[in-house]
Amino acid sequence: MAAIVNGWAMKKGFGLVAIIFWIVLALLPMVGLITEDPSFEYYMFMGQSMLIYAIAVLGLNLLIGFNGQISLGHSAFFALGAYTAAILMTFGGWPFWATLPVAGAVCFGAGFLFGFPALKLEGHYLALATFTLAIAVPQLLKYKPIAPWTGGVGGVLLDKPEPPEWLGLSVDQYLYYLCLIVAILMFWLVFNLLRSRSGLAMMAIRDHAMAAGTMGVDTALYKTVTFGISAGITGVAGGLSAITIAYVAPDSFTLQLAISFLVGLVVGGLASLPGCLIGGAFIVLVQNSAQSISDWMKTTFALRYDVPAWAIYGVLLLLLMYVMPTGVMGGITALRQKISGRRTTRVNAPSSTVVRPGKTAGETTPAA
Amino acid sequence: MRMNRRTALLGAATMGLAGGARRVRAASKYSPGVTDTEIKIGQTMPYSGNASAYGVAGRTQAAFFRMINDQGGINGRKINFISLDDGYSPPKTVELTRQLVERDQVLLMFYSLGTQTNTAIHKYMNQKKVPQLFVATGASKWGNPKAFPWTMGWSPDYHTEGAIHARAILSALPDAKIGILRQNDDMGNDYLDGIKEGLGPDGWKRVVADVTYEVTDPTVDSQILQIRNAGATAFLNVTTPKFAAQAIKKAAEIGWKPKHHLMSVSASVGAVLRPAGFENAQGIVTAQYVKDVSDPGWADAPDYKTWKSFMDTWNPTINPFEGSSVTGYASAITLVHVLKQCGDELTRENVMKQAASMHQLEIPMLLPGIKLNTSPTDFYPIQSVRLARFETDHWVLFGELQSRDVA
Repeated sequence: MAAIVNGWAMKKGFGLVAIIFWIVLALLPMVGLITEDPSFEYYMFMGQSMLIYAIAVLGLNLLIGFNGQISLGHSAFFALGAYTAAILMTFGGWPFWATLPVAGAVCFGAGFLFGFPALKLEGHYLALATFTLAIAVPQLLKYKPIAPWTGGVGGVLLDKPEPPEWLGLSVDQYLYYLCLIVAILMFWLVFNLLRSRSGLAMMAIRDHAMAAGTMGVDTALYKTVTFGISAGITGVAGGLSAITIAYVAPDSFTLQLAISFLVGLVVGGLASLPGCLIGGAFIVLVQNSAQSISDWMKTTFALRYDVPAWAIYGVLLLLLMYVMPTGVMGGITALRQKISGRRTTRVNAPSSTVVRPGKTAGETTPAA
Repeated sequence: MRMNRRTALLGAATMGLAGGARRVRAASKYSPGVTDTEIKIGQTMPYSGNASAYGVAGRTQAAFFRMINDQGGINGRKINFISLDDGYSPPKTVELTRQLVERDQVLLMFYSLGTQTNTAIHKYMNQKKVPQLFVATGASKWGNPKAFPWTMGWSPDYHTEGAIHARAILSALPDAKIGILRQNDDMGNDYLDGIKEGLGPDGWKRVVADVTYEVTDPTVDSQILQIRNAGATAFLNVTTPKFAAQAIKKAAEIGWKPKHHLMSVSASVGAVLRPAGFENAQGIVTAQYVKDVSDPGWADAPDYKTWKSFMDTWNPTINPFEGSSVTGYASAITLVHVLKQCGDELTRENVMKQAASMHQLEIPMLLPGIKLNTSPTDFYPIQSVRLARFETDHWVLFGELQSRDVA
């Protein structure tokens, strides 16, 4: 816990906010005991989705934000994790919680292996290579020889886990806690990783690969391992999603999912751990709000045509990027600096050059 | 009914008794989503994503319910139709369905589209005991009232259609050698089960080739050659549009002229027959259950005129010739019928009960003679089709009404 607190904090004294935040998240399901709101279970379900996406974004952030490699294919690892969990539960009779480490391990392996050839690729070229993963995986899942396990187009239906009776929790409260515990574990893992020598090496590679190499960092090894860990974390998120949705199907893991991870990451803030949580919430909430705004506009202004929800989503995204070019966490940091009138020391994220790899590596964009 | 309620209310007011108010409620029983003035109905629909062409159905239904509300609603209650975009993604369907059922408290889910998306919420709807009514998919698994008493399909399912095609071939060509080309997925398997049922064990012996392809295959050319070389004289073409066009073209190229039956999923003139070439498609047989609005023959039919004026007045932004507007319209009329039948007992139980007691119901824009029948053990509302033959540039109906029941 303390580690997460430190990760959250950019400076001394801010750690309390993080502790309080995780405790509030842990207490949220208790609200259900007070209110009689029938939609409470639905909000718990939304909470699960946000945490799951936050973990997926965390995985991606490790790769993009802290190591400077771009991936457009993380939906593939999300799918791989989900199918691993689903197949183990269905055909292996495994308990749901035991499938998560395996999902993580399988995706780590896949990510590590993919990392080897991908090493030769930089920046946009790597983005394209990973892009193929995102496109290929939904089709591969329908592939005939493996259809007995993947269920082909039809996918695999699962049973939702029943909470043990002594806990006195509903299914959705129980699954929310599952997601929360896994999320805390993952954030703790990533935070410790980043504080270690390996983490410094990862960030050094991002900031200046050649300099890092000169200083004795095995850039090839670090890049492949980072790709593997990133894929593994996203795979765990995929496993969680299979458990909470209780159904996996190829259409669930389209390219659009990979893009939403990226959007969540950029909105939350590159190289920011709390930004991942914001990104997870953004993925879930903003798509729905875009549709509500579209409906509201149509009725309020008595429009003849529907306002396309995705256009509104685009406008919201543009506005946000205009107001906070470095994501929400970057924006908050900038705001704090403005208010306090002094520069805060940057700990984790001295710079972010992912969008301009290579020649312009010297240029820095401050991130939270 | 309305008069009674008002009288009762007056009585309660005079006496000032809470019990009186409860008695008023007793006169009309409601599930969540229903009040004296409103019925809330939910739906998920792919307005964006790969399947967004089907979104026409949801927009047409929204327009139709606006018209119904404008005319005073159903027994005085306005329909509040909440149709949300799931982008054809099952996890999104689960999220939105839970939002509609748990937060928005809809009475029922209506005509949500897609096989995978509906599969994702199948268990949930039945655990929650919320009607999953008239799902918009041709899979056969929706009519299983024993295991899933809260789920019902609407259109003829693939199984039914497969059986009808098989029987049609046997009766037209008793000594046919049958070749089957089918997509290797749930849809193809549903059709195959129907074909097996229609042919019967003896008829199945007439099948000389049963060949599959993957949806990822580039072409089906080699499969067509394989079926021709097996000596097939009748051809059951169980394919999705791209492959259907390829199959028709290839058969013409190699000069193979079997009795060709094309499944309704690929019977689109614009998407399949035109690309395949009209000259190659002459004489192909398909099955239909709604009126083909591009067929000028229906121009004078009263229901066509009503539909056309509805489209012009209430749904002008939709191209009326997009097929989903007709099925969306007809299914919305079916729902309005069920809700009217419920009277003032608008409970989820009664909705399913009424949906399961349609008897010889005629719905506008369905082909003449097609009637909806359901019972507590029969959750397949439409089980009849008529065969049509492709002539020049459009489908021409022929023969009697074909039903699976009569088999």
